Order: sequence, then structure tokens, then C-alpha cells
Amino acid sequence: MGGVGKNPALVWVVNLSAILLVVLWTIPTFGILVSSFRDRDAISTSGWWTALSASEQSLVARAAAPDDAEQRGGQWVIEGNVFGDAEGSLNAWGVRAQEPTAFTPGETTELRSGGVMQVEADGAYSITYAEEPEGRRGDRIFYTSAVPPSFSTENYDRVMTSEGVAQSFLNSLTVSIPATVIPILIAAYAAYALAWMQFPGRPLLIAAVVGLLVVPLQMSLIPLLEIYNGVGQIFGVPAKTYAGIWLAHTGFGLPLAIYLLRNYMVGLPREVIESAKVDGASDFEIFMKIILPLSFPALASFAIFQFLWTWNDLLVAKVFLTSSDNQMVLTGRLVELLGSRGGDWEILTTSAFITIIIPLIVFFSMQRYLVRGLLAGSVKGG
Amino acid sequence: MDVIVYAIVTMVIGVAACAGYFYGTNALLDRIYPDSGENAASNISKANAIRPWLFLAPAMLILGLYLVYPLFNSLILSFYDERGENWVGLDNYIWMIGDEKFLESLFNNAMWLIIVPAAATFFGLIAAGLTDRIWWGNIAKSLIFMPMAISFVGASVIWRFIYDYSGEGDDQIGLLNAMVTSLGGTPQAWITIPFWNDIFLMIILIWIQTGFAMVILSAALRGIPEETVEAAVLDGASPLQIFFKIKIPQIAGTIAVVWTTITILVLKVFDIVFAMTNGEWGTQVLANYMYRQSFIQLDFGRGSAIAIVIMILVVPIMWWNIRNAMKENT
Repeated sequence: MGGVGKNPALVWVVNLSAILLVVLWTIPTFGILVSSFRDRDAISTSGWWTALSASEQSLVARAAAPDDAEQRGGQWVIEGNVFGDAEGSLNAWGVRAQEPTAFTPGETTELRSGGVMQVEADGAYSITYAEEPEGRRGDRIFYTSAVPPSFSTENYDRVMTSEGVAQSFLNSLTVSIPATVIPILIAAYAAYALAWMQFPGRPLLIAAVVGLLVVPLQMSLIPLLEIYNGVGQIFGVPAKTYAGIWLAHTGFGLPLAIYLLRNYMVGLPREVIESAKVDGASDFEIFMKIILPLSFPALASFAIFQFLWTWNDLLVAKVFLTSSDNQMVLTGRLVELLGSRGGDWEILTTSAFITIIIPLIVFFSMQRYLVRGLLAGSVKGG
Repeated sequence: MDVIVYAIVTMVIGVAACAGYFYGTNALLDRIYPDSGENAASNISKANAIRPWLFLAPAMLILGLYLVYPLFNSLILSFYDERGENWVGLDNYIWMIGDEKFLESLFNNAMWLIIVPAAATFFGLIAAGLTDRIWWGNIAKSLIFMPMAISFVGASVIWRFIYDYSGEGDDQIGLLNAMVTSLGGTPQAWITIPFWNDIFLMIILIWIQTGFAMVILSAALRGIPEETVEAAVLDGASPLQIFFKIKIPQIAGTIAVVWTTITILVLKVFDIVFAMTNGEWGTQVLANYMYRQSFIQLDFGRGSAIAIVIMILVVPIMWWNIRNAMKENT
């Protein structure tokens, strides 16, 4: 690589810069992944990057009631531990809500009721009274304590059961799978014709496909919605159906599909196809038995694009599906949660991670084909 | 679960229908014009003239209905009133010029178009240059490329968490504010600061698109003939000189392609603004404003007119694309 490998200082600079870049690009996602496993209070009081260290939390405990004080050598004493039966370590304490950290462990203070309170670092407290105290309510002890990091899948349980995310997950699958499979077949046939058949107007059609690649789909929304409404009225069916969105995604995905597949098919060896023709194979047979199996890499790369696109889409789903529970897709649900649960980061981070988990699995397992598709689609024509 | 079953059944039916259509029409064509018998030669040529259209028909039908027809229909609708009933001529376009929000969208879009493709291409180029010369380059590439798989909405949540703001003096759970406060600054509600909030939204798209630029530029860098680089090394060029003076000029064409591809994406991008600010605090963009006019205000005339503006902005790129493709096919 340009003779760089021999210069140790430069190797360090390159490696460090690359590490910096990778860290910058992964930290945002990592942040929500970590947060999605933290509990609600921890997320809202401390940054996710502190999740692995013990966090300091402000808590409150109530001492035993004065009525329960025991007489001991002329004094009445109440003893206990703010942590109950659990273990913990206390950093500071106080007896007034305004000053929850007024005292350090081991210090004493006089209470309004006349007792003297002392709290130790291990949470043990004692209140000593000179005379027999009265009262059913114990004094409050405010304290801050280091809470060891804890992770759980509780947020996931909650989001999947009560926020409608599970239903939306299924809805997203329902949209994406047919919307990925249907355009592949239609595009493959068209791509074959554009690659290997002779007919007038072929260059024009290819140019049209390339042009359609960049048509903003915003253009299509209103006219299509009107058509869907019309069709819905004529046949007495709802205008917003899954079938409608599958076809819409098919339409919007077709130019790229035809373009990618044609580019790939043109590169297949001419001899194979011509010798099959000489042997008397029809175009349909050549397509089914030779072209389709040979085109697998291109088919796979388009399938990944289309799947990611349909799964991640928000706009098309917002226009062509209702926001009812049995049609709302994950991206739509997430936007809705952003509006209604704006500050509940335990719900948002968890839901966000659920929406991105499937694309990430697809991405990491099929990356090879994705890259191949990008290269075929971008470097060649544009 | 019912919906999933319904989806799978439809998928099977759809695939069977496609296959059935092609098999059926091809068989029919072979029966009408058999390639044997007395008229074999003329039959074959007739069949060959028809067959391509059998292959193309479904795709052309769908493309026509979903992309070509809407193009003309939107154009017509943009001259009608909100219900699409009365002809209002250029009223929607005149409204547009006087509408503050539209001008803001146009201005913001221009900012997005200048900054996002440039930044994503720049970072992509750096990432490609760096990852191509380290032993763990493929792992690094995967991680930088990963945001490509994340939806814009998911990315918006991810970044909203980073930009999160708690009141001054509180513990900041947003990474950006935590860094600012640890350096002694005051925390900010980033996405409400005029002008800068646009930049914060753009960062999301740059974060997503850098991986795309990196992958393509890295392939281009690898395609550079070794000799040119070796000659430069012999002449004593430094690695930076080699990168900027030898390599970059040779991949200029690819850089242009990456740039335009991201430009197209920026024009259409809707989700990020929708999820982050919904156009508040001066962050409106055309695609989101179009959605707002059409489906919230239910003014199809104005919505269509904005869609036409987006289309007009795409046309030069479209033309450039077609020209390139034609050049390659001749």
C-alpha cells in the first residue's frame, strides 16, 4: 500500500485514526443497546456510559416506629439497617428532604422528636432517646448509596407486552416479506428481456428505467392514494390494505431491481445462452434453467436492499396503511412512541433496538451481497 | 398471527400467479405460432417479436401505474385546488413563493444538499483510505457501514438520545451534553437551537451515509493501477501526496457518482426531520413539508406542487444518469 507499511509512526497514526472513526460510528448504537437493558431509574438519572460502574442513587428509608424502642440502661434505643436484610454501602445521609446528604457515615444528629440518630457506612442506624418516645411513624432517613450495575431484559418484556411493539413487529414482517419477493420475479423477467432479447425500443426502455431510478416517490403518493380510494369505493373494500402497500413497494423498488439485475445478466457468458438456444431451448426455459440460477448473487443483493428499504420505510406505510394496531409498522410505532413517551428512554431505546435488530441481522449475515449490489448499482451507471 | 398467514398465502399466490402468467403466456405464444410446420420461419419471427413484450408487460404495467402516471397526475393536480376539483392555475405555485415555511424548507434543503453529500463523501473517503491499509480493515468497514442498515427513524431515536437535554445542574444522560458539561460548558437543548439544529439533524444522515460512500470509494481505490502509485513512491511522494494527488484524481468519476447518489437521497429524506422535530424550530424540509401539506392539511394541490418542485430538482441528476447509462451501453 504505497510503501506506507514500513513507517511505524504512520502505521500508528493510521490505526489510531481508524479506531477513532470506528468508535465514533458505533457509539451511538451501542448507547441505546446498553440503555435498553438498564432499569428506568438508572437511565433517567445517569448516562449509559456509567452503566458498568456502580452508580450513586438517592434513596429514602424509614426507621422503626418510636413505639418499638427498647429500653437499654436507662435509655430507649431503636436500631436497624436502612438496607433491610440486603447489603449495601452508604455514602451520605440526612434527615430532611432538603438536605439528603447533610451527614457522613458515623456522624450524629439530634432529631426534632428529641432522639439522637447515628447512621453508619454499612447502613446500620441507631436512635437513642433519653425518655420513652411515642409515635407510630418512624423518622425518615435520606441516604445516597452506590448501587451495583444491573442489567435485565425487563424493558423488552414490558415493551413487547404492553406498548404494541410485538404486534408492529409482525406487521412490519407482513409488509416486508411479500414486498421483497414479488418485485424480484417481475423484475427478473423484465431484466432478461432488456439484457438478452432483441426488440425495437430497447435502449429507450433501459434509459427510462435509469431515469425512473431517481423519481422521488413523494410524487406518487397523492395520485396513488386517489386510485386506491377509487378502487376501494368501487369494490367496497378498504383503501388501505396490505395488498396495496405490497404493490406500492413493488412499484417503487422495480427500477432498482430491473437495473441491478439487467446489469448483472448482461455480464453472463454469451456462449452458454447461445448454445442453449442452438439446442432448441426456448427463452422461457433459458430464463428458468440458466439465467435465474446464475443470477443468484444479484437476486440476493436486490432482495437485501428491498428488504431493508421496506422494513425501514416510514413514509409509504404512513400513507398506505392505517395507524390502527393491526396495520401500524415498527417505524410508525417508534415515531408514535417518540411523541407520546418522549422522555421514557427505557421504552424508546428498547423499541428502537427492536426495530433495528432484524436489519442488523440481515446486514451482518448478508453483507457480502449488499456490497456487491452497491458496487453493481452505483459504480457502473449511477 | 392471522396477518402473517395471510401474508404468506398471498406471497405464495403472488409468486404462483407470476410464474403461471409467464409459463402460460409463453406456452400460448408457442401454440399460436408453432416453430415447426409449413410457416415455421415466419412463425418464429412473429413469436420473437411478441415474446419480449410478454416478459416486459408486468414490469411496464406496474412502473407505468406507480411511477409514470403519478408524474403527470401530480403535475395536473398541482394546478387544482385542495380537493383536486377546481382549476386554480398557478395559485399553488404563487402561494409557495409567498409562504415562509416553504422558503424555509427550500433554504434548508439547499443546506442539506450542500453539506450532507460533501461530508458523507469526505468521511467515506477518509474511512476508505484508512481501512484499506490496516489488518482489521474489514471489521472496521463493517462497523462504519452498519448504520446503513438502520432505519432513519431508528437512527433518529439513537441520536435524540445523544442530543438529550436535562436542565442545567442535573445529571446529563445525553452524551453530547455530558461531554459539554464535563468540559465546563452549559448544557443545551440542541435540537431547538435555530440553524445549528439543522446541522445536528444532518449529522444523522451523514452518520448513515458515510458507510455507503466508504464501500464504493474503497472499491474504486483498489481499482487504481499499481504502477501509478509505485511511480509516485519512486519519485519520493509522501503518503498524503499519493492519496490526494495520485489516487483521488483517478477516482473522481466514482466520487461524482457517490455524491449524486447521496444528493438524491437527501432530496427525498423525510423520516429524520419528521421524527426529530417535525419541522419545528426552523428545520422544515421539502419532503416533510410536502407530507404535511398533503396528508395533515389535506391540501392535495399544494402538496402536489411541492412534489413537483422536488421532481424538478431531481431532473438534472436524472438526465446525467441517463446520459451516463447510454454512453455505457453503446
